[in-house]
Amino acid sequence: MATTSTSTGDIKKTKSVEVKKKLNVLIVDDDTVIRKLHENIIKSIGGISQTAKNGEEAVNIHRDGNASFDLILMDKEMPERDGLSATKKLREMKVTSMIIGVTTLADNEEERKAFMEAGLNHCLAKPLSKAKILPLINNLMDA
Amino acid sequence: MQRQVALIKQSLFDQGYLDEQFIELEELQDDANPNFVEEVATLYFKDSARLISNIEQALERGSFDFNRLDNYMHQFKGSSTSIGASKVKTECTMFREYCRVGNAEGWQDRRGPRRLHVGPSNTGTDQ
Repeated sequence: MATTSTSTGDIKKTKSVEVKKKLNVLIVDDDTVIRKLHENIIKSIGGISQTAKNGEEAVNIHRDGNASFDLILMDKEMPERDGLSATKKLREMKVTSMIIGVTTLADNEEERKAFMEAGLNHCLAKPLSKAKILPLINNLMDA
Repeated sequence: MQRQVALIKQSLFDQGYLDEQFIELEELQDDANPNFVEEVATLYFKDSARLISNIEQALERGSFDFNRLDNYMHQFKGSSTSIGASKVKTECTMFREYCRVGNAEGWQDRRGPRRLHVGPSNTGTDQ
């Protein structure tokens, strides 16, 4: 668990940078490096994760109706089934997990908007980091 | 030895081969994941070698399948961005632009007669 500390006189306060409860996360990305990075980010904030190599795998994981993720990190461009299509399909399947789309800086506003309209809760640009994702997760969890 | 490694690392930052994303990776390394940076770097080199081999094979076929090349470059750019391999990321952006406009000459000029290489002794395309 990473912590930051501030001291006020003799009192030392330690601010936890973990999420407030244990998250169960599905990481959907066709890149092995990015999957490993995101796995570690989730682990570093106290969550647990499962991975899928593309949108089709992500949909298949949910087909039996037993999957229960708090959060899905969904890459946009993937083979077999891309993030937009996978998000639409998951919402059609009544999946209520929070879905954060992961885009690149090259994606334009229209592309991001189309991705959001597919059923995302939020969108973040790669590369993800603990600093980017933690406040968002905590805000979404509080909502 | 550690000082040598630190100097090499600083040199990679100074020359623009690495960017702040690499520091993000280092900050994710802790007692629970003591080899995280090495594991990610190893994955990156392995993946990069595969992508470069695919690209070289696609180019050796003679005809430019820009969609396929762009797909490979997209993947390469994504993982390079995530590890902080800044120069490689920039090169990938350039090659993707050539794919977008169908510029086969640009590809050949930029690549030249050398073969692409990414490995522990290099962190970008051969210069």
